[in-house]
Amino acid sequence: MKKLEEKIFKFLMIGSTALILSLLLYILYIILKKGLPSLSWEMISQIPSGGFYLGKEGGILNAIMGSLYLIFFSVLISLCISVPVVMYLNFTLRRKSKLAAIARLTFDVLFGIPSIVYGAFGFTLMIYFGLQASLLGGIIAISLLIIPVMIRSIDEVAILIPNELVEATKSLGATNYETIKVITRQLLPGISTAVLLSIGRGIGDAATVLFTAGYTDSIPSSLMQPTASLPLAIFFQLSSPIEEVQNRAYSAALVLTIIILILSFSARYFSRRLSKNKI
Amino acid sequence: MELLTEPLIKEQPKQTRSRKPGCDKPHIEVEKLNLYIQNNHILKNISLSIPDKSITCIIGPSGCGKTTLLRTFNRLHDDNVDVRITGKLFVDCEDIYAKDAEVTHIRKKMGLLAQRPCSLPMSIQDNVVYGPRLHGVRGKQKLHEIAYHQLSAVGLWDEVKDRLKTPASKLSIGQQQRLCLARGLAVEPDIILGDEATSALDPISSKTIEELFVSLKDKYTIVLVTHTLRQAKRIADYVAFMYMGELIEFGTADQVFNNPKHKLTQEYISGGFS
Amino acid sequence: MLKGRLRKDRIARHYMLTVTILAMFVLLLIGGGLLVKSLPIIQEKGLWTLLSTSNWRPFKGDFGFASYIVSTLYVTGIAIVIALPLSLLTSIYIIEYASPKILRAFSSVVDLLSGIPPVIYGVWGTLTIVPFISETLAPHYVEFSTGYSALAGGVVLAIMIIPLIISILMEVFGAVPKEMREASMSLGATKWQTVKKVVIRKSIPGIVAAVVLAISRAFGETIAVLMVCGNFTDLPKSIFDACYPIPALIANNYGEMMSVPKYESALMFAAFLLFFIIVVFNVISRIVLIQIDKRYQL
Repeated sequence: MKKLEEKIFKFLMIGSTALILSLLLYILYIILKKGLPSLSWEMISQIPSGGFYLGKEGGILNAIMGSLYLIFFSVLISLCISVPVVMYLNFTLRRKSKLAAIARLTFDVLFGIPSIVYGAFGFTLMIYFGLQASLLGGIIAISLLIIPVMIRSIDEVAILIPNELVEATKSLGATNYETIKVITRQLLPGISTAVLLSIGRGIGDAATVLFTAGYTDSIPSSLMQPTASLPLAIFFQLSSPIEEVQNRAYSAALVLTIIILILSFSARYFSRRLSKNKI
Repeated sequence: MELLTEPLIKEQPKQTRSRKPGCDKPHIEVEKLNLYIQNNHILKNISLSIPDKSITCIIGPSGCGKTTLLRTFNRLHDDNVDVRITGKLFVDCEDIYAKDAEVTHIRKKMGLLAQRPCSLPMSIQDNVVYGPRLHGVRGKQKLHEIAYHQLSAVGLWDEVKDRLKTPASKLSIGQQQRLCLARGLAVEPDIILGDEATSALDPISSKTIEELFVSLKDKYTIVLVTHTLRQAKRIADYVAFMYMGELIEFGTADQVFNNPKHKLTQEYISGGFS
Repeated sequence: MLKGRLRKDRIARHYMLTVTILAMFVLLLIGGGLLVKSLPIIQEKGLWTLLSTSNWRPFKGDFGFASYIVSTLYVTGIAIVIALPLSLLTSIYIIEYASPKILRAFSSVVDLLSGIPPVIYGVWGTLTIVPFISETLAPHYVEFSTGYSALAGGVVLAIMIIPLIISILMEVFGAVPKEMREASMSLGATKWQTVKKVVIRKSIPGIVAAVVLAISRAFGETIAVLMVCGNFTDLPKSIFDACYPIPALIANNYGEMMSVPKYESALMFAAFLLFFIIVVFNVISRIVLIQIDKRYQL
């Protein structure tokens, strides 16, 4: 009787694992199948002509460049905020400080807030400041989204730094700021992993840019212009009645998936290197 | 229905040992046991007989393989894919490493006390009766009796009788180790294995556990891996000395400590290396 | 020399503190900002009307959120019902039974899956799940279904949160000390008994945390669900009917927001609702976890 139970569950477990594995493969297969035929040099090097929704010619360069611009500036801003915050929580405040506990709780909550709320909030901010849907708007929304992600990711590695290392530097007479500079160097692999994770999160998110970045055929030449992005390129062009437009959507999906895969592998590579060099 | 806090039955009947008829070997007999972890030869051709109803201490410097050897006794290496074992190990004349040997009843014969007391994530009483319940014992009253007997046997009853249903993790480390012993005794083993069972404890708890072992040896065969020579000198009846995966010497405590046959044994005992 | 160093240190400290407080302040800003924007409609219609009626006719000034709330719960519920058993089963297998090689390979798979953007799941769902429901599954149960349904939304969501739950559970089960498993097996328990009675029991706080996180994520997910759920306002009568969860509502209508009075306020209220539910949910589950820890000290 006991043996039967164990056998049944073992069967269910293996079945469930196989199901999940095959789902991943199936998803990748479908994206490849739909996107690969239309993926060409022209596709990724041209912007759509004749209007993105109806125009048959052109490619998705507007979305690719738009996403790159958006994520580049967002990550920059996030780093300027996340790294100091994590350093402050871990190496300036005492470990048991109440402020640190409340701060971490706040960031955990912010981490769990859905991206559409960040999008809606970003939109509200833009209206308040009189901004139009633009690259800047998108940057603001995406930054808000990825700051908690980055903070959590860097915090996870910062917490592992042993007390002895911090004390050693301090007992040599270094100021807090100088100690932090030393530790930051130590944390670079962890920070890189955090950056990669944040890029992954931010570049694929549609809800943040939906209200805030607008959409357009062209590549933005200033922060105040609206910009296309890969997720929206997929979303808006998928339901078009024109096949060429649909193909653009599939290509964008494939490009986005490839970017994410590269980011994933890099992040894993970095975190493995990080654990190899642990003290 | 009210549960008695102190059951009426005072004496717990001891289960008779399940020996094969006509079995004349000592309780545990190791025959040319070799153990490899990946390609490293960890245990080298060990042959050893553990006598009945006595305390055998396995001693040796760290890394010599004593813990590894102890864990072969109840097949704890089974889950480790990197481990390969050749040779025979007889418990009550049954080779536990034979191809068709069934492992759960073998483990039931042995109670293991690990280095770090590991209480299961449940109440004190549930910890003690975990084993019996696995093997089919039912009934609130019966389980309560088992708990009473085993906790008394290890001297823990008075300390915990009012909080049997509270989580076991709230006990002190010395109490937890005694709890683990009670838990191990509850499955009515024939053999008790101790893997540096007192090394994580304070001196007073250590002493209590040692005294328990001594009091139990007329009913159980006890094999202990000890990390200190002094502990072995205090309580061992027989001593096995290991070095670099080999069994160097085995004999009565008196013989090994006062008249060692092997030079290495002599060196180790006089503190030449550790 | 020292003066310069001390000054740098002071500036750094001030900067870090400011940035930290600001970042924390964002939480209040978001909640407050959305609330302020929602006030007009709350004042006009009253909280109870907003939450309990299901008339949604913005041009007439009717804003009843009930069917959107129900849709959201529906879709999240389906997702959890599908995802939780599968994730549990798989995680237990990977950690307790599978070889280290399989474990490593599977971790990579899970990492990959959790990185895939929601919009990709939406595309995939449109191409595979929707036709499957419409042509293969639904005909057994209902007369007609376009496939764009609560079920499609739930399935796509489930596939999205499974990697999340699995990665947390793998960590949680992996954290159960080896000695505990060995203690159980030394008493004669089989592997499965050990898993049932010791590993899972010890991991209950972790399992709860994983479920909470998964529910949070599922609740707020916008784009993937939007692409497959049908976006139809009436209360869904069965899982094969189209539905309209709150995030989809916000996403679909932001364009018309400015043209109708009070529309913007209504949508901001929807966003605030989402924000509020998730924050409260997270805080409550954190409290619950602390209590479990205190009482059972697992």
